[in-house]
Amino acid sequence: MTQPLLTTRGLSRHFGGLRAVDSADFSLMPGEIRAIIGPNGAGKTTFVSLVCGRILPSSGTIDFAGTDITNLPAYKRVRLGIAYTFQVTSVFANLSAYDNVALSVQRTLTDGRSRGAVREGAMKALEQVGLAERAGTPAGQLAYGHQRLLEVAMGLALQPRLLILDEPTQGLSDGEIEGFVALIREIALDATVLIIEHNMPVVMQLAHRITVFDAGRIIAEGDPAEIRANTQVQEAYLGAAHG
Amino acid sequence: MAFGPHLLLATLEGLVTAAVLALTALGLSLVFGVMRIVNVAHGEFFMLGAVLAWAVATALGTHPAIGFVAALIVAPLVVGAVALLSERLVLRRLNYDPEATIVATIGLLYIIQQLALSLYGPEARPVTPPFSYRVLLPWFGYSGYKLSIIAASALLLVATWLVLTRTRIGLVMRATQYDREMAQAFAIPVERVYAGVFALGAMLAAFAAVLIVPISQAHYLMGQDPLLLSFIVVIIGGLGSLRGTVVAALLIGLSDGIVSMFFSPTLAKLIATLVVAMVLVFRPQGLFGTAAR
Amino acid sequence: MTEASTARIYGLHMAVVVVLFALNFLLPDYHHGLFARILVLATFAMGYNLLFGYAGLLSLGHAMFFAAGLYGSGLAITYLGFGVSAAFVAGLGCGALLSLVVGLLALRTSGVAFMIVTMMFAQAFVLTIVYFNQWTGGDQGLVLQQASRILTVGNASLDLTAPAVRYLAALLLFAIVLFVTLAIVRSRFGRVLVAIRENEERTRMLGYDTFANKLAAVVLSGVFCAAAGAAYALLFGYVGSNFASVQYSILPLLWVLAGGAATTLGPLVGTVFIYYVTDIASSYTSAWLLIVGAALVLLVLFAPKGILGFVRRRWIGWLP
Repeated sequence: MTQPLLTTRGLSRHFGGLRAVDSADFSLMPGEIRAIIGPNGAGKTTFVSLVCGRILPSSGTIDFAGTDITNLPAYKRVRLGIAYTFQVTSVFANLSAYDNVALSVQRTLTDGRSRGAVREGAMKALEQVGLAERAGTPAGQLAYGHQRLLEVAMGLALQPRLLILDEPTQGLSDGEIEGFVALIREIALDATVLIIEHNMPVVMQLAHRITVFDAGRIIAEGDPAEIRANTQVQEAYLGAAHG
Repeated sequence: MAFGPHLLLATLEGLVTAAVLALTALGLSLVFGVMRIVNVAHGEFFMLGAVLAWAVATALGTHPAIGFVAALIVAPLVVGAVALLSERLVLRRLNYDPEATIVATIGLLYIIQQLALSLYGPEARPVTPPFSYRVLLPWFGYSGYKLSIIAASALLLVATWLVLTRTRIGLVMRATQYDREMAQAFAIPVERVYAGVFALGAMLAAFAAVLIVPISQAHYLMGQDPLLLSFIVVIIGGLGSLRGTVVAALLIGLSDGIVSMFFSPTLAKLIATLVVAMVLVFRPQGLFGTAAR
Repeated sequence: MTEASTARIYGLHMAVVVVLFALNFLLPDYHHGLFARILVLATFAMGYNLLFGYAGLLSLGHAMFFAAGLYGSGLAITYLGFGVSAAFVAGLGCGALLSLVVGLLALRTSGVAFMIVTMMFAQAFVLTIVYFNQWTGGDQGLVLQQASRILTVGNASLDLTAPAVRYLAALLLFAIVLFVTLAIVRSRFGRVLVAIRENEERTRMLGYDTFANKLAAVVLSGVFCAAAGAAYALLFGYVGSNFASVQYSILPLLWVLAGGAATTLGPLVGTVFIYYVTDIASSYTSAWLLIVGAALVLLVLFAPKGILGFVRRRWIGWLP
């Protein structure tokens, strides 16, 4: 039996009295596409921030590919293969799309004399998301949808083992979303994908398994059909909608 | 003099320093708290207040008390107007960008300093205290005027606190400080609040300067120490906290008065500067601020 | 980045150095002396620019790094009897050590707090100089004797007090720092610094150790500034505490802003420009502080990208 790529045990983060994430036990198998859903403020973003090291946990442990990464600084986790794409688009607005991606590529190359390799890697990532023609455009001048794609390309160019996407389809048009779903499927051939998403059709199409958060706790986990049938999940969503 | 009375004298001197410092630092703190900008020219507003106090008192030339009271009213108003002008002409156009503002206020610092040098001259000039009553203590006599500085400063601090906590103006200021965009959404005229706060901050510094002139003379370079000390107070007290500012001013003023009576002033300053830098490095929220989440 | 543009960029910088070399023979005495000074101060500005322009860290304490080089070499000559080259190295060493310590501490903060902390450290540095005035000469400073400012290489000896030698020594230092800066900003390290300036959090999440990169930038910047300070002591023979004052932390900011932050040649252009503006203005008025103040305000209001920033946007997009 294969080992999980990512495991968290009793992972918690408190802000003052608020339990943003409350003893989360979570594991993710290699090659999976996992969606995390839940009402606003359920702790989804805090949870993935704990995984990628932007926030440190109050208690609990995180294992990645057999290593305990609980106290590892964020940049070292990225080097181990955890890439995070921001919920709020966070590209380098004044640099060209190419330079944005090149920054990812140059970090993954250990050999110092490979300008050609940087170019090759950066263009490959841009082609994969369909932005190759806009390589020279400053990122800040790209259309919003393209900025989201660039954000994903920067994550891809890191050649991650685990790619974390935080609400990637937010603000995209239906046409763009369709392209996005195809892109994620393609990415999942090489990497494990952990995606926070509000758009249910996207979740149902993409995810192999779904984890549901509510008020900082994991309340359910299963394949799309199971989650759809789960009454507790329906309550959490309906409750949130009415509250 | 025995040690006890010596210490009492040092404490009184320290309280006077603290009183003036608290007002000056409060001005800096308000501007930083509400507008999120660092006004490097704050010390020059202080200097301008002192120079204007001399100008007003000299121009009137009547009884010292009348000249002093006139200065107490005129100097802060003029300084407030200068601050308002610089806010309109410069800071607003920079959209209060923190770093651009720092550079611009450094520029203002030089401009104001040079204007003072050119128009007022390089001399240090005194202003006669409004009264020369001496309070006789069993061990030494102490200037009644210095005691009145402490009282005046305390009065103004309480007044500012009341304005901030009990009035609509204070509410509007706190709302703007808390969340600029939200305040705008609630139809608070943020630009006017900013202009008002910037002028108020400068006026507090000018008022403090008028109080200090009768015991320390007006000079065009006198703004540098208050600026640095205000920074120190604001940092130690926690940025944008009124209570912290007052407590820190007391701490700095008293320790300055007492330490400089027993140590070389350069060494005292050196140690104080390093200690404050370390506070900022290791406890950026200040000694009295609560930890940011 | 194509080979052609690389050649073009290095060609431009070579041309600038060649022009400055030619000026050694062309400039009249007064301007010759002024330019030697400007070249040293422009080196100071280049050190500042690496941190402020490229890495985006606004320090108000860089005078301490310049002064570390100045006093490091000056005191070594006066009290330890060091030769010129050993004194220069001593100055560099002091700058490196000081910037490492300051960087380790100050980089725990960011933004406005970083600015205030660097200013405080610089203030502590000045007070230290004043406190030890029996060795440093305090406000008066120290004058280095001409005899101690002769560089011996093998059998040859160079008198650094001779105008032409002084100018060419200043130019050599300037050229070295210019090309090192150019190489840095075109390297991966340079691109990471720019990325940190643009968006530090994103850079961290691309797997870069932003603290280590910023620390490297502070130390490099400190060493460049110290090199300028050490050269100033050796070439002009005066070591004084006013070079450590807050004014000398603000001047490099002004020069860099005027010339164009994050441009390799901006510091030179800015230093020349501001130096001549104040020089010309001071023949009409003694109010040179007013000029500095007004220049700062006007620059930040109307030309935040400086002279070369403007040139780059309008005409020469490839300018590094």
